[in-house]
Amino acid sequence: MMSSVAFRQPLYLRMTSAGFLVFWCIIAAFPIFWITVMSFKSPVDAFNANALDVVFGPQTRDKGLGISIFEIALFALGLWLAAKVILKHVPHWAVMMRTSLPSALAWVVAAFGAVIALILGFFVILPWLGQMFNPWLGPLGVDIIGFTTEHYKTVWIDRGFTTNFKNSLIVTAGVVTVSLSVGTLAGYALARSGSSLAFWILIIALIFRALPHSVLVAGYLPVFINSAEFLRPILGEMAPTLYGKPWAVIAVLVAINQPFTIWMLRSFFTSIPSELDEAARVDGCTTFEAFRRVIMPVMWPGVITTGLFSFLLAYNDFLVTSLLLDATNQTMVPAIAGMFNRETTTTDQVVAVAAAVSITAPLFFLVMAFQRQIVSGLTAGAVKG
Amino acid sequence: MKTKTFALFVAPSIFMMLAFIAFPLVSVFMQSFYITQPIYESVEVETCTPGFLTQTCVTEIKSVPVLDAEGNIQTTTAFVGLESYRNVLELDRLKDALSGGSWSAVETIDFWKALRFTLTFTLITLPLVLGCGLGIALLINNASSRIKGPVIFVSLLPFIITPVIGALAINWLFRGDGILTATLEWWLERDIAMFAQAWTIEILMMLYRVWHVAPFAAIVFYAGLQTVNQDSIESALIDGASRVERMRYIVIPHLMPLIIFVSMIHLMDSYRVFEEVVGFSSQGHVISLQWLTYDFLKPDQAGNRSISRASASAMLTMIGIVVLLIPLVRRTWRDHKGAA
Repeated sequence: MMSSVAFRQPLYLRMTSAGFLVFWCIIAAFPIFWITVMSFKSPVDAFNANALDVVFGPQTRDKGLGISIFEIALFALGLWLAAKVILKHVPHWAVMMRTSLPSALAWVVAAFGAVIALILGFFVILPWLGQMFNPWLGPLGVDIIGFTTEHYKTVWIDRGFTTNFKNSLIVTAGVVTVSLSVGTLAGYALARSGSSLAFWILIIALIFRALPHSVLVAGYLPVFINSAEFLRPILGEMAPTLYGKPWAVIAVLVAINQPFTIWMLRSFFTSIPSELDEAARVDGCTTFEAFRRVIMPVMWPGVITTGLFSFLLAYNDFLVTSLLLDATNQTMVPAIAGMFNRETTTTDQVVAVAAAVSITAPLFFLVMAFQRQIVSGLTAGAVKG
Repeated sequence: MKTKTFALFVAPSIFMMLAFIAFPLVSVFMQSFYITQPIYESVEVETCTPGFLTQTCVTEIKSVPVLDAEGNIQTTTAFVGLESYRNVLELDRLKDALSGGSWSAVETIDFWKALRFTLTFTLITLPLVLGCGLGIALLINNASSRIKGPVIFVSLLPFIITPVIGALAINWLFRGDGILTATLEWWLERDIAMFAQAWTIEILMMLYRVWHVAPFAAIVFYAGLQTVNQDSIESALIDGASRVERMRYIVIPHLMPLIIFVSMIHLMDSYRVFEEVVGFSSQGHVISLQWLTYDFLKPDQAGNRSISRASASAMLTMIGIVVLLIPLVRRTWRDHKGAA
């Protein structure tokens, strides 16, 4: 091995490199950080042209809405503890999740509980503690930064964002489960079969992936609106109108996501040695038994990664849901776009900002918990295929 | 694997794709040649207003939609051939505009405006995404291993954020006297309105897209950088290659398959540009092909959706995708035949 001295970069190069890296990180995080800050200020502060006014929010503070040093310290402590717990346990849980389905379910329940605890702590317990202790703490208890959670209350309680949240939850959960169960079977078969047919299925899937979604929706829309008439001869009086039904949207999104899912899962299954299931078949298993007993226990890393991307597709979708669901019964993303286009007062704008931050928060935690899986998913398709 | 078991395993997936991708494609193709309209009939209506001595009566012929037994408007579907395509393309206006020789007249026709923007958007963002992605990948690769994790975490944020929300976030930074507009005004010492004209909005949209996709390119390239053959780098060093030359003759050729991969994905995705139009609410100035179809599909004030025009514009959008995919499929087919 050659000495690494020859490879050592001169100081100026290292400094420039570090400088640009910091610059990139600021660019990457700034918009998200900034809308988060905006969402906690009263409208005058949130849209102020002076950056310092947006951060410290004097107008908000003058209204008597603010947080003291004590509360900030308390919040920082809470955040630090939460981060510590997450960083310590989540990788461990992720390992556990590979082993069996019940532990995966337990993990989901635990994550859900943690989120509820965080929301309660932030919106209820923290203000309550502040109210109780601030008067006793002197300078530490004086509000220094304007801060209000009222826009979140407006969004979630007054504007009925919970309905949109529930719809998003139904659609994403449905899409992830169905597309994974359908996709794993197909991905496994495609990985193990070297036939021309398998090749052509993959190529056609690739072509399907490139289709603009609006093209497909133009095909569904008339059929979905009139589906009761089309389906009456088959289903009789029970024939449903597919338009506006979340489960119809689930079916559509699963199909749109299928090409990507089978490509990705195929590349994961190809990396599992085929000697494993061959051995099982020699021992007398049928193909399906071999899949269930031998492959299923080792396939979870790939499935989790693919599931994450299915989740992102369903959660982030705007086009399909906004056209196939009724305006009154939307998922979160189309709902906020409607909110933004309709409202004109600055208060409504800040409410829309708060809604946007609410939509982004789960994604933030998702990256935090599953960074490794997301990175491996991004590279799996590229490096191997 | 036996063909029968193979068929059983892939059947559900194939069924989903046939029912929800292949079938709609065929139906869009058919719809684009037909047009469905409510049936109107001419009815003689006599309206009378009370007047002095006698009523004043006016008889006029009105066209009213025909209702069926349940009170719904009856519709009729007729074959119209290429009519819908003509309505979308507006070739007469295009010809007039071109013979007039003014590009701004072409820009008043929705389809050509959308096509122009979609193509410029795709072609300008591609080199930017590749360049920024490679740059960020090199920076991350160069960073000490302790900060790599947090840096990748921060880098993933723009990629993971909901596209509409991401566009909105950038929008809020610039709208009105938003924080970045204010900064720009202070820096350039002039008044700036980012959303008053088309080209500034287009620049913002492209910047947003680069911000959103560059992390994906960066992560892929970063993974590729891990597998660069260290021996060839060393030999190049001994042969006296400078840092730039090592980059140009060893690292870039090694990353070439990944660069092609990222370009393909990016071409497919940016040709479908849509969320930016929603997030920047730019439909007054800038629209894209996919947004055009979306707009036809949205019910108008009277609650009608122009399905056949949407289908025609969807089919025209498809042409671009086909052109994009032919070289890719041919290449894959050659590789497949070569491997077999």
